[in-house]
Amino acid sequence: MKVYLDNGATTKTADEVVEAMNPYFNKKYGNSSSMHKWGMKAQKAMRKSRKNIAEKINATPDEIIFTSGGTESNNLTLKGLAFKNKGKKNHIIVSKAEHDCVLNSAKWLDKQGFDITYLNVDKYGIVDPTDLKKAITKDTFLVSIMHANNEIGTILPIGKYGKICRENNVLFHTDACQSFTKVPIDVKEMKLDLVTLNAHKIHGPKGVGALYKRKGIKITPLLHGGGHEFNLRSSTSNVSGIVGFAESAYIHTQEDIQKMETLRDYLKEELLKIPDTHLNGHPEERLCNNVSISFHFIEGESLLMNLSMRGIAVSTGSACSSNSLEPSHVLLAIGLAHEIAHGTIRFTLSRYTTKKEIDYTIKNVKEAVIKLREMSPLKKGVKYKTDDYDDEHQPIF
Amino acid sequence: MQYSDKVIEHFQKPHNMGEIKDANAIGKVGNPVCGDLMWIYIKVDKNEKEQEIIKDIGFKTFGCVAAIATSSMVTDLAKGKTLEEASKLTRKEVSKALGNLPPVKEHCSNLAAEGLHKAIENYKDNVPVDFKVKQDIKCKNAECCGGKTND
Repeated sequence: MKVYLDNGATTKTADEVVEAMNPYFNKKYGNSSSMHKWGMKAQKAMRKSRKNIAEKINATPDEIIFTSGGTESNNLTLKGLAFKNKGKKNHIIVSKAEHDCVLNSAKWLDKQGFDITYLNVDKYGIVDPTDLKKAITKDTFLVSIMHANNEIGTILPIGKYGKICRENNVLFHTDACQSFTKVPIDVKEMKLDLVTLNAHKIHGPKGVGALYKRKGIKITPLLHGGGHEFNLRSSTSNVSGIVGFAESAYIHTQEDIQKMETLRDYLKEELLKIPDTHLNGHPEERLCNNVSISFHFIEGESLLMNLSMRGIAVSTGSACSSNSLEPSHVLLAIGLAHEIAHGTIRFTLSRYTTKKEIDYTIKNVKEAVIKLREMSPLKKGVKYKTDDYDDEHQPIF
Repeated sequence: MQYSDKVIEHFQKPHNMGEIKDANAIGKVGNPVCGDLMWIYIKVDKNEKEQEIIKDIGFKTFGCVAAIATSSMVTDLAKGKTLEEASKLTRKEVSKALGNLPPVKEHCSNLAAEGLHKAIENYKDNVPVDFKVKQDIKCKNAECCGGKTND
């Protein structure tokens, strides 16, 4: 059996999306900037797609800038606004649990002379609105806090952050890559100024996304050229991708979400029956498809690989599966001890996940955990310490 | 990052896994904070030439795929060897026998040879065998965890 539970990384492109995209490769292949009929066909498709994406978040089409995806939209927000504000305002606020593309953009801007505040998150990954309020100064021009955390699945109260920012005359940006079409977004009601969206997490194609930018907000483009996307993002439009993106934005139905929630809760409850495990992220305020569990005394990469051999795809917060030696910054930000963070696995479901697949996963995770724990010298009640950690240093869970 | 077939083979079916009840010495290396902890158990005996040899060897490891595979491989390489031969085993030989490790794993998870050396050292120094974890475990890799959480 093959079970793909890494939909937080990317999803299968839906058949209907592929079908909608296909004509724009070999039949309606015109450049949307061209004046002839080929161009007009492409332009028409773009217009419709822009309208569909805008409607999904209660925006207008001229507020949607198509980009190459989440990373670009987040870079455009942070750097584009920083360049625009240079010499006027100098302060940006982000949370410690943001995606790397936000954090690394912020770190880069820090080196260019901007001041960055990294807000703490609580054990669920949520920023306290009071902390945000306190961090805003008259020099602040942007706050960026994600809608839903990609690793632990917590949904954050962005409406509250949006209100605080609007009251303080500061722009508020949210990265909604993980939540788009799974959690409702209303840019007007939530007082959002900029929103990052992407296609490949919602059964659309890779390499396409968008940035919602509220009318009137000035931003400096990162890509200069032919003046595409309202002069904010030059580059020949990825027409097929954009058509696919718009199609994918309407794939998730309310039934899909309920089905994912039911399976998510079933998977979570069964896995938590394994001794010495705990759930990461908020118990209720969480994405319909995310289960993040720490398996104590074993290491995540080993579990990932063991499951991969059993035909199950998951991801890990362990350092060992990346080129860095530090475990995930999100897991450390919510207060997990390093050794616990190393043993954390993320299961992310999709609308295509079945009960049978979840049953197979539960059975195999149980077996794999037993096997790896047999190998591990660590067990309950065992103490270990290092020079820099005192006797009291023990996992928090 | 890709592992060799040999690494996967040892990870899937590790050799000599588990503790040895009548071990004469244990070598404990690594640090769970860094994500790798290895224990190498040895049972020392004499061969017909009255040389001290590793009669039996076992391991217990908390760690990634590379950590488990190198533990398994080092036990294979050391079993039956004299203490003198075994103490000369290098981490390079271990990774070579596994068809090499991804570069990032070479310095971080390839601790097994050190575990073996530590066990031999403890045997020679008559360090009492302690099957419990309650021990100060130092991480020897300065690169591990960016050198922040260990010496």
